[in-house]
Amino acid sequence: MHLRNNCPAVALGILIGLATTAAIASDGELRVCADPNNLPFSNRDEAGFENKLAVMVSEHFGQRVSYTWWAQRRGFIRNTLKAGKCDVVMGVPAGYDLVETTKPYYRSSYVFVTRQDQHLDLSSLLDPRLHHLVIGVHLIGDDGNNPPPAQAFGEQGIVENVRGYSIYGDYRLADPPARLIEAVENGTIDVAAAWGPLAGYFAQRSPVPLTVTPIQDYERFAPQQFQFAIAMGVRKGNDALRDRLNAFLEEHRSEITSLLRGYGVPLVDQPVALSGGHQ
Amino acid sequence: MLVRRLAGSLTVVCASCAFLTFAWAQTDLASRMKDSGQWPMAARDYANTRYSELDQINATNASRLQLAWTFSVGADRGQEAAPLVVDGTMYVVGPYAGPHPNRVFALDATTGELKWSYAPKPEPAAAGVACCDVVNRGLAFDNGKVFLNTLDNHTVGIDAKTGKELWHTKLGEINKGETITMAPIVVKGKILVGNSGGELGVRGWVTALDETTGAIAWRAYTTGPDKDVLIGDDFKPFYDNLKGADLGVKTWPADRWQVGGGTVWGWISYDPDLNLIYYGTANPSPWNANQRSGDNLWSTSIFARNPDTGQAKWAYQLNPHDLFDHDEINENVLVDLELNGQLRKALIHPGRNGYMYVMDRATGEVISADAYEFVNAYKGVDLKTGKIIPNEEKTPLVGKTIENICPTAPGAKDWQPSAWSPRTKLLYVPHQHLCMNFKASQVGYIAGTPYVGADVDMYAGPGGYRGEFMAWDPIARKKVWEIHEKLPVWSGALVTAGDVAFYGTMDRLFKVVDAKDGHLLWQFRAGSGFIGQPISYRGSDGQQYIAILSGVGGWPGAVANAQVDPRVRNGALGFTGATQDLPFYTAGGSELLVFKLGGANGEDTSHAPPK
Repeated sequence: MHLRNNCPAVALGILIGLATTAAIASDGELRVCADPNNLPFSNRDEAGFENKLAVMVSEHFGQRVSYTWWAQRRGFIRNTLKAGKCDVVMGVPAGYDLVETTKPYYRSSYVFVTRQDQHLDLSSLLDPRLHHLVIGVHLIGDDGNNPPPAQAFGEQGIVENVRGYSIYGDYRLADPPARLIEAVENGTIDVAAAWGPLAGYFAQRSPVPLTVTPIQDYERFAPQQFQFAIAMGVRKGNDALRDRLNAFLEEHRSEITSLLRGYGVPLVDQPVALSGGHQ
Repeated sequence: MLVRRLAGSLTVVCASCAFLTFAWAQTDLASRMKDSGQWPMAARDYANTRYSELDQINATNASRLQLAWTFSVGADRGQEAAPLVVDGTMYVVGPYAGPHPNRVFALDATTGELKWSYAPKPEPAAAGVACCDVVNRGLAFDNGKVFLNTLDNHTVGIDAKTGKELWHTKLGEINKGETITMAPIVVKGKILVGNSGGELGVRGWVTALDETTGAIAWRAYTTGPDKDVLIGDDFKPFYDNLKGADLGVKTWPADRWQVGGGTVWGWISYDPDLNLIYYGTANPSPWNANQRSGDNLWSTSIFARNPDTGQAKWAYQLNPHDLFDHDEINENVLVDLELNGQLRKALIHPGRNGYMYVMDRATGEVISADAYEFVNAYKGVDLKTGKIIPNEEKTPLVGKTIENICPTAPGAKDWQPSAWSPRTKLLYVPHQHLCMNFKASQVGYIAGTPYVGADVDMYAGPGGYRGEFMAWDPIARKKVWEIHEKLPVWSGALVTAGDVAFYGTMDRLFKVVDAKDGHLLWQFRAGSGFIGQPISYRGSDGQQYIAILSGVGGWPGAVANAQVDPRVRNGALGFTGATQDLPFYTAGGSELLVFKLGGANGEDTSHAPPK
């Protein structure tokens, strides 16, 4: 294990030789659990940024990526990582209680998504127009726990004009959480208040130019947070893998940042264009 | 090959022509309920008493109970199902796990010999999409057919003799978060089924299917306009606040009712004289409380409906604007009680909120509602208005830490059904004794979306125990006796004419107690903890048998069988804290256990080969 770690090039060479044969020892695999239908994060075609990141890690380790696919909802960690079906989940909030987390590799924000032709220029949670505009939020409904914007609107009495989009959606369709962004595109709602990576990615690909702006003025809604640092997660106690992943992250910061920018992920604490690729 | 394929497709085609075998308007269920040797539905009878008239096993001889035979359903997840016994055959169903999810077995109820098994084909997408519970609470039977609900939303009619599928009907969409876990019941040739999945933003319903064809006869939603809820001219709620048009829309902001929860995953009872079915609905969801101002009808409500049409007769909401996940899907036991010198057609509902409701089942009036558990989340029930009185001090708000809220999210009592003895006139109630702290700032993450939620930490209530089995007198409105258990009592109850009551504990003990005073008579240490439903029947040898599935799981048991990390107190939505030590007592299991009395002097020759 240690030897291979120190000689990634050699290990990679061996792996390429083995690539066409079916049997690969499990220690030659980076076993990842991921959602097969959740862009921009991951999908079965391995087109998500977490899929690309897994390839970067596996190349660094001299391993090959193998996937256990599972819808990312209640029970995901329990049925995958904890059931021993994989060793790493590519994206979880830093400090996430159910797993051992690595150092964070990016930090993003909840954002407002609007149509560019509306010129709404929204950014503040305290903007009085939020009492009238039709706002869409994701619903998690984990016994009353919903994304921060849903809570913050409720606290301000912004209720009647808020529309809910299930984060789980209809799983037979592609990327169910994307329905919220599509609702801005097609004018069903004026504003979506969504998690940045999801909003940034779908805004970038929207046929209608969209504006993506990180949500501001959230301080009074503490302890609700609107920005989260994202890390990788391993099983509790798997410090060895965590440390190796940390070392990888340390070495590949700039490549990871370019990867995320390519997917339109709004990164906070770093200068970055935030208009969803339509500036 | 061609011939075989043709034959195969013919079978499929003919499965839908089951009506050729004549549509029986007559149901044979009612007569089977009168035969004390059988256990024809999960609750035994329409009144949901779980009372057996068999009296061979009594307080004097219960100590001689012995294992008769066992059977494995082959899937080590929570075993909540009640076995059925009809004409000497036992029908039992496993959870949605293992290579054959929701597999049904038919066994000789006396010898345990396997007659047939039926394994439904799950939808390929189901694994990995169903998030939560994988339990099944039991089958139903009528007119030579066994009825199965699968977790992936199919109701299946099975030939009770051969195990062949007769028809199946898809009732919901697992890809939208809907599942079915409840035991169906059959009333006048209609199978009644409700959905689960409130956590995922499902709109609750109960659906009636024709038992011969599987065709849907009616569906009543829990939320939305009256035409969807099947509220019409016959609807006469007792309380004024429940009168008015389209309250299932008006008691929600904007469009909230469309995904309003109020699923129907518990018990349905039936009064043939009034021709009314009764059931409770689950909590409102998936919106946070501050986004769903209003009473959120008809969540956490009891409905009385006409089983022929589905039309509502009355409804009563227990927890307006529920804040605690207090589903009121718990059983409604139908008994006639002499109250204040008057014989009342009553309904007893041990509420998730900690109050024991005695209601007039003809009108929906609350006659009494008394705390049977330590309650500080509410201040009582106003019998004039029928409204529960909230305790503002214990109102959970995101961003605010509140300590010591009792009862917790699973309530004073969850799905685990109680039993009623017409002899002792007591209700035997298995339940929880838990309190919780509600803290802000737990980071959650779903479908790539981080959020800050509440950190719910449950722990033993006052006195340091977490579960209780009690006998409640609904006339005197008080607890007669109680047995404290280390862990929540998550199994159902059974009481018999031998004046003995049965229940199981999560730490693997199956117990028999004296129904009069709660005195422990016998206990058996099984392979896994109990969350199942005990039943009683007569074997072909004339002996009285007791059966229950062992196999811990469900919400409190996820820590033992599903690798929920016991070190994380707020895992499994806070329940882990309350059952953190469970893996110390038990692992998962899947064993059906069947007991009968041994000989008077302890001798037992029943396992020796026949001479």
